Amino acid sequence: MPEAVRRSILDGLAMPRNSAAMVAPCPPATRFILRGGREVAASVGPAFGAAPPLEPLRSQTVGARSALWMGPDEWLLIAEDSELALGAALEAALASVPHGLIDVSHRQGALEVSGPGAARLLNAGVMLDLDISAFPVGMVARTLLTKAEIVLWRRAPDLFRVEFSRSFGPYVVAILAQAASDQDLC
Amino acid sequence: MLLIRCPYCEMERPETEFRYGGEAHLVRPLHPAAASDEEWSAFLYLRVNDKGLHAERWRHASGCGRYFNCLRDTITDKISVTYKSGEAPPSL
Ligand SMILES: [Zn+2]
Repeated sequence: MPEAVRRSILDGLAMPRNSAAMVAPCPPATRFILRGGREVAASVGPAFGAAPPLEPLRSQTVGARSALWMGPDEWLLIAEDSELALGAALEAALASVPHGLIDVSHRQGALEVSGPGAARLLNAGVMLDLDISAFPVGMVARTLLTKAEIVLWRRAPDLFRVEFSRSFGPYVVAILAQAASDQDLC
Repeated sequence: MLLIRCPYCEMERPETEFRYGGEAHLVRPLHPAAASDEEWSAFLYLRVNDKGLHAERWRHASGCGRYFNCLRDTITDKISVTYKSGEAPPSL
């Protein structure tokens, strides 16, 4: 039987870094987009392990499971472990409530941007105020990095996760590489 | 660059995240097949085209994805208030 090989869209790309920030690819993760009303959030929490937050732009992380607010009826669920039966378990928990649950594991890729200059590096293409008082740890927003739609999530004061649509991977890396080298010059 | 407050995200976000959605509070005839040609064409094509304060739809396309409404002055481009879909326009 031929072996299936998982290839990241970022394979072979040099990861940007400068004296204050560095970029690294995230390992593969299982991802779902969950749509529905607040009863959906309540139903899926125990099965997933982290409760989808109802407060705008917030996330909830328990262990390897994170639920990220995307909109008033939409959440991104990220499982950084690998449990093949997760989708079936979530569907079982949601059986009695109207909902949409879509596996987007392979639609998206992710990068981690870390270091004391991480926010500044991202601000080369992100127009949100990333000061810790305006964008605290745990805050998440779907937004734009120049022309690419991303999900920006602050996991620690100097650590961001950037989720992007798979085909935008090389573009996102190129934008950050240019910014990293520009910012080291000034 | 305008900063537009999204009533669902509850924060001001850059204009480039949004798409314009036309005049707000248009009501589709409940039974389109029963509407007269005049009623149907008015729903499809006739807009107030106000000079001044205008109630209009916007979509937070590269954000939470939701449509909402706002009151914008078409002369100054100033958005005075944004509010959720389904809510009545606030009186200014
Ligand atoms: Zn929004």
